Amino acid sequence: MKLINAKGVYYKQLNEMIRAEIRSGTKEIKVTNVVGQRYIGGGLEDGDVKIHIEGVPGEDLAAFMDGPTLNVRNNAQDGVGNTMNSGKIIVHGMAGDVIGYGMRGGKIYIRDDVGYRVGIHMKGYLDKVPVMVIGGRAGDFFGEYMAGGIVVLLGATTNNSKPIVGDYCAAGMHGGTIYIREEVEDRFLGKEVKKFSLEKKDEKLLTPILNEFLSDLDISLDIFDFSRYIKLIPVSSRPYGRMYVY
Amino acid sequence: MYYEEPGARESLGLRTPKHEDLFHSHPEYKVERDDAKCIRCLCCVRQCPYETTFYDPMRNVVYDVHSNCVNCKRCEVMCPTQAIEIKKWGCGFRENHHWKFRDYGAAYKQSDTGAVVLTGLGNDNPYMSYFDRMVLDASQVTNPSIDPLREPMELRTYIGRKMENLEDFGKESFQEYPNILAEVPIAFAPMSFGAISLNFQKGMAAAAQELGTFFNTGEGGLHEDLLPYKDNAIVQVASGRFGVSKRYLMNSAACEIKIGQGAKPGIGGHLPGEKVTAEISKTRMIPEGSDAISPAPQHDIYSIEDLRLLIYAIKEATEYTRPVSVKIAAVHNVAAIASGIVRAGADIIVVDGFRGGTGAAPKIIRDHVGIPLEVALAAVDERLRREKIRHMASIIATGGIRSSADVVKAIALGADVVYIGTAAMLSAGCTLCQQCHRGKCAWGITTNRPDLLARLPVEMAKERAINLVKGWSREVKEMLGLMGLNSIESLRGNRLKLRGVGLTKLELETLGIRQAGV
Repeated sequence: MKLINAKGVYYKQLNEMIRAEIRSGTKEIKVTNVVGQRYIGGGLEDGDVKIHIEGVPGEDLAAFMDGPTLNVRNNAQDGVGNTMNSGKIIVHGMAGDVIGYGMRGGKIYIRDDVGYRVGIHMKGYLDKVPVMVIGGRAGDFFGEYMAGGIVVLLGATTNNSKPIVGDYCAAGMHGGTIYIREEVEDRFLGKEVKKFSLEKKDEKLLTPILNEFLSDLDISLDIFDFSRYIKLIPVSSRPYGRMYVY
Repeated sequence: MYYEEPGARESLGLRTPKHEDLFHSHPEYKVERDDAKCIRCLCCVRQCPYETTFYDPMRNVVYDVHSNCVNCKRCEVMCPTQAIEIKKWGCGFRENHHWKFRDYGAAYKQSDTGAVVLTGLGNDNPYMSYFDRMVLDASQVTNPSIDPLREPMELRTYIGRKMENLEDFGKESFQEYPNILAEVPIAFAPMSFGAISLNFQKGMAAAAQELGTFFNTGEGGLHEDLLPYKDNAIVQVASGRFGVSKRYLMNSAACEIKIGQGAKPGIGGHLPGEKVTAEISKTRMIPEGSDAISPAPQHDIYSIEDLRLLIYAIKEATEYTRPVSVKIAAVHNVAAIASGIVRAGADIIVVDGFRGGTGAAPKIIRDHVGIPLEVALAAVDERLRREKIRHMASIIATGGIRSSADVVKAIALGADVVYIGTAAMLSAGCTLCQQCHRGKCAWGITTNRPDLLARLPVEMAKERAINLVKGWSREVKEMLGLMGLNSIESLRGNRLKLRGVGLTKLELETLGIRQAGV
C-alpha cells in the first residue's frame, strides 16, 4: 500500500499524485490528512484500485468514477459519486447533499445521515444496477427523478427525532426501487410512487446488500426485520405522458 | 368536428363524435390534387407520415384528411407528375389583428385536452430581427478591399481559453490551455440523438470531420457509430446525464455543460418514452421505453460556485485535456451570468438566442421567453472586455443564424464561432413545418422510425451539410475581403464594421454599433 500525505496539498496536485501512482501500477493507496480536497477518485477507471481516505474529502468525491473502491474513514461532503459508472464508495460517517446524482452503476454505502436530493436521477441500464445504502436519515427530495437502481434508507445508525426522510421523497420517480426501514406518511411522498410492503424476492435481494453494507462498514445493526420496511416503486415509467398535446 | 343537435347525425346514419374527438379541427392547409395529372402511383399515400393522404381502391380515389396536413411538402416534392399543391385552407377566420391562428388554434387544442401545447423548431413570432437592422461596411478608395479568390483569407479559429500574456512563452511558468481548432467559424449546434435521427447526426459528424469543424452530441450521449468522429465531437453534459461517463467525456474534442436552451430558457427537456428505442436506449444508457427526463436545473448547480464545481469535475476527469464549455440561453442578465461563468472556469461560453430551435418545447415558452441573440451577444462581449476577461473564454453564438451574413454580423458583435442547427437541418431537406416533437419527420431528420430514417441517407446528409458550410464560408470570405480584412480574427468584436438602420439610440447603444451614415 502506497501512502500519500495530503497535508497542505492543493486538490489538483493531490489528484495528479493519485493518478500518477495508479499509472505506475499501484493498486492500493492510503491518502492521509485529507482536508476537503475535491474530486478525489474523479474519473478513475481501474477496477482493482483501492483508495483509503483518512480525513474529510471535499466535494464531488468520485465524480465520473468507473471502477475503483474508495473507503472514507470520516464524513464526506456534497456530490459523492456524481455520475458514477461503477465502483464502490464506503463512507464511515455522514455525507452531504446530492449523493449519487445520475449514478448508473456501482455501490455507495454511507453509515450515517445524508442531506438533500440524495439518489436523484439514479438510473439502471441492462446489467448495471446502482446500489446505495444509507444507514442514517435523509433530507428532502430523496430519490427525486429516480429512473433505476436500488436505494435503501435504514434510519438505524442515528437516533434523533426528525423523520426518516424529508418532503417530496421520490417525486418524479419513474424507475428503480426505494426501500425504507420505517413507515413513511403519504404526505412525504411524490405522487408518482406507490407504497408496498416487502415480498420474498425483495428480502432475497436486500439480504446480501445489507450484509455487504454491514461488513464493509464493520458495524452490526439489527436491520433484518423486513416486516418493518416499505418499498416505493413508480406507478408509471411515463409520469408525464399525458401532459402534452401536439 | 362540431357537436350538433342530438339526433341530427344519427338521422343521416353518421357516427356521433366521441368525447375525445376534437371539437374544432379546422384545417390549416389543403392538399389540392389535380386528378387529371394523378396516375394513382400512391407515392403520396406512402410518403405522408401524418395520416393525411389515403387511397380508396373501391372508388379508385386518392383522398385527404386535410386537417392532418402540416405542410411538410413531402408529397408535393415527391409526386412524379407534380399533381399536388398544398394551399392555405380557405380564407381563415374573419380578419383580426389581435387574435391570430397561433393563439386560437392552441386554445382549441387545449380546450380539447387540458394539456400543454408542444411544438418544435424555433420561435416564429414576428419579433423584430436585429440582424435585419444591421448592415456591413465596405472598403472604398481609402482602404483597399481584398480579393479572396487570389489572396489568402483565414477562417481558422482556435476555441478555448487563451494565455494571459506571451512574456513567459517558453518558460516553465507559462501556462497553456487546451484549445480546439475550427477551420471555419461555423459548427453544428447541439442536437441530441433522439431529437434528431442517427442518420442526420452521422451526416453532421462526417461533415464536421471533413470541414475541420465540430458537431455537438446534445444531451443524448454519443452513439457508437459516431466514435470515428470523436475528435470533432463536442459532448454535452446536461441535467439528465444521459450516456455521460468518463469514456464519453474522453471521446470528445471538448465537453459542454448545458444549462439552458434558447428555445426554452429555464425549463428542462423531456424525451417521451415512446421515442426511447433500442438504439437510443443504448446511447443514453437508460431502459427502452422509459421517459428521459432532463429537469430544468442541474440539481448540483444552484450557484456560480456550484457551476465551478462541475466544470472542474469534468476538467479533473479529463485531466485538463479538454476545454469545458457552458451553454446558456440568452436572458435578461446574460452579461452578468456570462461573467460569472467565465470566472467559474469555463473555456467556452455558448449564448443561445430566443430564435434557437428545439426538438420539443411548450409553444408558449418557445414563443415568449428569452431575448434576441444579437443584443445578448453584444452585451456579453462588452461585459467580458470591460472586465478584462474576454481572453479567458471563447464565445459561441447560436439561435437563429440563417445565412453567412448572420455569421459575419454575429462575429462582428463579438462571437468567435457560431453554431448552426436549423440551417443544418435545412441542408438535409427540412421544410420548417415545426413538427419535430412528433417524431414523424417526413424528411428523416427528426425521427427514428426506420422507414422514415431511410429517406435521409448519411452520405446525402453529409454532402449537403458540407456544401452549405462551404458556400457560407465562401461568402464569409467575400464579406471579409470587401471590408478589407484577411482573417476572421480581425472581425471578431469589430463593431465598426456594423451600422444600424432604423434602430433607436438605445438599441444602437445596446448593440454597441453606430447609426448608418455616421
